[in-house]
Amino acid sequence: MAVDKNMKVLIVDDYKTMLRILRNLLRQLGFMDVEEATDGSMALQKLQQHDFGLIISDWNMEPMTGLQLLREVRADPKLKHIPFIMVTAESKSENVIAAKEAGVSNYIVKPFNAETLKSKMVSVLGDF
Amino acid sequence: MASGAHGPDLDKRLEEIRQLHGETIPFDKFANLVTRFLDHLTSEPKEPDSALLSELSALATFIDQSRHDIAAIQTGEVGETLIPGATDELDAIVMATAEATDRIMDSAEAIEGVARDVGGEAEEKILGITTGIYEACSFQDITGQRITKVIDALKSIEAKVDALVDKFGGQSTGERRKGEAAAVENAKLSDAELLNGPQLPEKASKQDEIDALFASLD
Repeated sequence: MAVDKNMKVLIVDDYKTMLRILRNLLRQLGFMDVEEATDGSMALQKLQQHDFGLIISDWNMEPMTGLQLLREVRADPKLKHIPFIMVTAESKSENVIAAKEAGVSNYIVKPFNAETLKSKMVSVLGDF
Repeated sequence: MASGAHGPDLDKRLEEIRQLHGETIPFDKFANLVTRFLDHLTSEPKEPDSALLSELSALATFIDQSRHDIAAIQTGEVGETLIPGATDELDAIVMATAEATDRIMDSAEAIEGVARDVGGEAEEKILGITTGIYEACSFQDITGQRITKVIDALKSIEAKVDALVDKFGGQSTGERRKGEAAAVENAKLSDAELLNGPQLPEKASKQDEIDALFASLD
């Protein structure tokens, strides 16, 4: 099934510059409908208000980390199906394992390039 | 040291201290005990053990000197001026790099707008170049996280200096800054241990290593 590029994408990061970078890269890939959140709590509020086709989130945020957000999403029957890509500077094996155990769909380590972002999105959404 | 070896008064004192503090006593109490032990030895009618007396005198002198030396460190300056100054400078670096990155992104986005007006092959080439600019701008996120780690380390040093002063009976001058160490203590231990931020380049896992680990967990 073809990927609907009109889907809403939620990007979550406490660095506004990173949100801007992700938004620009997603626009270049054809995903225009992008919502932003600066921490997990704000992200959860938006997830309750709109239907999202993809979540791309940082890990190290306060008061709610990306890992905690992931657990909340996977625990919610209305949200658990949404693909969730972690984009983070946390690169230790323990982090990858913890995220996988929490149900992450894929994992990108910062700094990353546009090609990596696209390939991980393709891996969770399908070809586009 | 066997009980009863130094006279009933001192033994009683030792037991009182043990009852009050357990097996670990505060430094000033220890210094006081050494002094009283010295007094006891020199007040005994029989000739005191000169070697032991000499050792204890040296220990008492060392303790006294250490307290003066620690007071001279002026740890108040550490908490009031040096560390706040350093963390302010680091915060300023983060802000300045964020502003510069925003200006770079403004320019890249403007170039993209022009590229769309131009169209064709030129548009494709220009978009490829602006993509590279966006990728490079992500440095600001990494440097910000590294600087946060440095600030956390400075606050941890300040806390340890304060604790050292307290232990040696010094006065902590100025207000203690509550750092993220306190926040970390309140967080769940397992989640807190996962918050390490970016690794040094020579130690950081590359994307292909992450991909291999991730795939192995399926």
